[in-house]
Amino acid sequence: MSETIVLLEQVNKHYQKIKALQNIDLRLEAGEVLGLFGHNGAGKTTMMKLILGIIKVSAGNVSVFGLDPLDKQAWASRKKIGYLPENVSFYDQLSGTEVLTYFARLKSAPKNQIVELLEKVGLADAKDRAVKTYSKGMRQRLGLAQAFLGDPKLLLLDEPTVGLDPSATQEFYSSVDQLKSSGASIILCSHVLPGVEQHIDRAMILSAGKSAAIGTLSALRDAARLPVSIKTQGINGALKNNEQLAGFMVAHNHLLVPESQKVQIIRQLMEFENISDIQVEAASLEHIYQHYLADNKSSIEQGSKL
Amino acid sequence: MNPILAVALKEFQDGLRNRWFISITLIFSVLSIGLSYYGSAASGQITAPSLSTTIASLSSLSVFIIPLIALLLCYDSFVGEQESGTLLLLLTYPISHGQLLLGKFLGMGSIITLATVLGFGSAALLLGFNSSFAAVLPAFSLFILTSILLGLTFVGFAFVISLSVSEKSKAAGLSLIVWLFFILVFDLVLLALLIGIENGVSQQGLVQLMMFNPADLFRLINLAALDTGDVNGVLAVAVNSSHSAVSLLLVMLAWVIAPLLAAMTIFSRKTI
Repeated sequence: MSETIVLLEQVNKHYQKIKALQNIDLRLEAGEVLGLFGHNGAGKTTMMKLILGIIKVSAGNVSVFGLDPLDKQAWASRKKIGYLPENVSFYDQLSGTEVLTYFARLKSAPKNQIVELLEKVGLADAKDRAVKTYSKGMRQRLGLAQAFLGDPKLLLLDEPTVGLDPSATQEFYSSVDQLKSSGASIILCSHVLPGVEQHIDRAMILSAGKSAAIGTLSALRDAARLPVSIKTQGINGALKNNEQLAGFMVAHNHLLVPESQKVQIIRQLMEFENISDIQVEAASLEHIYQHYLADNKSSIEQGSKL
Repeated sequence: MNPILAVALKEFQDGLRNRWFISITLIFSVLSIGLSYYGSAASGQITAPSLSTTIASLSSLSVFIIPLIALLLCYDSFVGEQESGTLLLLLTYPISHGQLLLGKFLGMGSIITLATVLGFGSAALLLGFNSSFAAVLPAFSLFILTSILLGLTFVGFAFVISLSVSEKSKAAGLSLIVWLFFILVFDLVLLALLIGIENGVSQQGLVQLMMFNPADLFRLINLAALDTGDVNGVLAVAVNSSHSAVSLLLVMLAWVIAPLLAAMTIFSRKTI
């Protein structure tokens, strides 16, 4: 039986007249990684602030580790939460070690963890330099080290891979996997999508403060009925002449096929003697994301017309 | 570590690191030593001035400089962290608004306090060696104590300013206005009242009005302790009032606490 770490029930948040979040439901279990996607201003950061206990809900319930995050009793559980804000630039005058020492003191994290974390994020060589000499990527790594301080059971990471080079991104994802296997729950907030797919259990897509979709990637893919893209080489003109295949054609060597008919079509394609190559690509997270956002937008537009 | 101490330690180290501490100490010691030895040069004498003249000129200069330094040191204490995103981050840590505020106050307050003690204390030591400690120590202790209180008051003002705005440049501008108001405008208005309206303000009323300005209180306490012959201007009237030094000091202490409470109220209502 897994434990519920974060629970949002019918959460609404208004800033004056702006509805930042509307009727959000979410349940995050221990050891689960949730990807939170949406455009700028879709409400991702607001949702994180609610979970972190920085702002108050306008309506609905938030519970983190079974407590209202704004409650005094929830104080102790803050030590179990790691947060990486978007665009944090830290204290320019301090060195990497000094920044982490400060945050470790506030979180009552053990001192020996500081060196360990700095090595883990690849800042061991720069640890005594002032933060103002750091590049954007290095600041981001320092931010990650800060979020990993203590023994976090819940991590909220806002755009964690912005500014990281590919190998650092890879290392970041491997630490995510590691934390996940040690039982931590993670919310990854992003609009940069490639690479994140293998590391998340579920995705939530926010659009204009509303939850446009939530579920595992395969469930979202099924529900969206997104076609599989098939590209062929070598057959060229012959596709057009095949009545069944021509219906799916979008370009002379490109087909968009419903998931259910994929295998059958591929079989048919293989019967062409001169086929030299075939590329089959299932809908990516990016396609799913676009699909749900477009869907949501059209339904909103319809709503406003009525 | 206690979060209040952790914040205080960090702010104190920042003050040492960016040379604030050493600069303030130097300014205070140069100012006080200079005035102690050469203060009478302006009036054509080259002899060392009397102790009361020294304290009188020191307090009229300090009343300009201490508030300015305190405001400069602290105006960006919150708005700066808000701009760099660390304030948001800090608030997700197990530290309350009150603890953060108190920690910053302790850290920055210690910088000002220590610099005041060392800077003005050095002049007191020199004067003591040259004359007698018995005379110098009481006068300078009161002066140093009130200087610290004045500094802390303006640290509190700086916090209020820093929490009320969302841009550093606005905080800087507002600090200047606050400084101008308490140091210059307030006194000018008092003077205008005194001269412009006949029998408008009694001596007692004037002293009560001065309670609303920590800078005037600072001068009042220091000058009241001296021979009144060295004092002139509006203050000469007020100095002869019957308020005891202790009650005036208590009012100054209230001026330290009040801005902090105001800052706390603003902080807890602030959305970040």
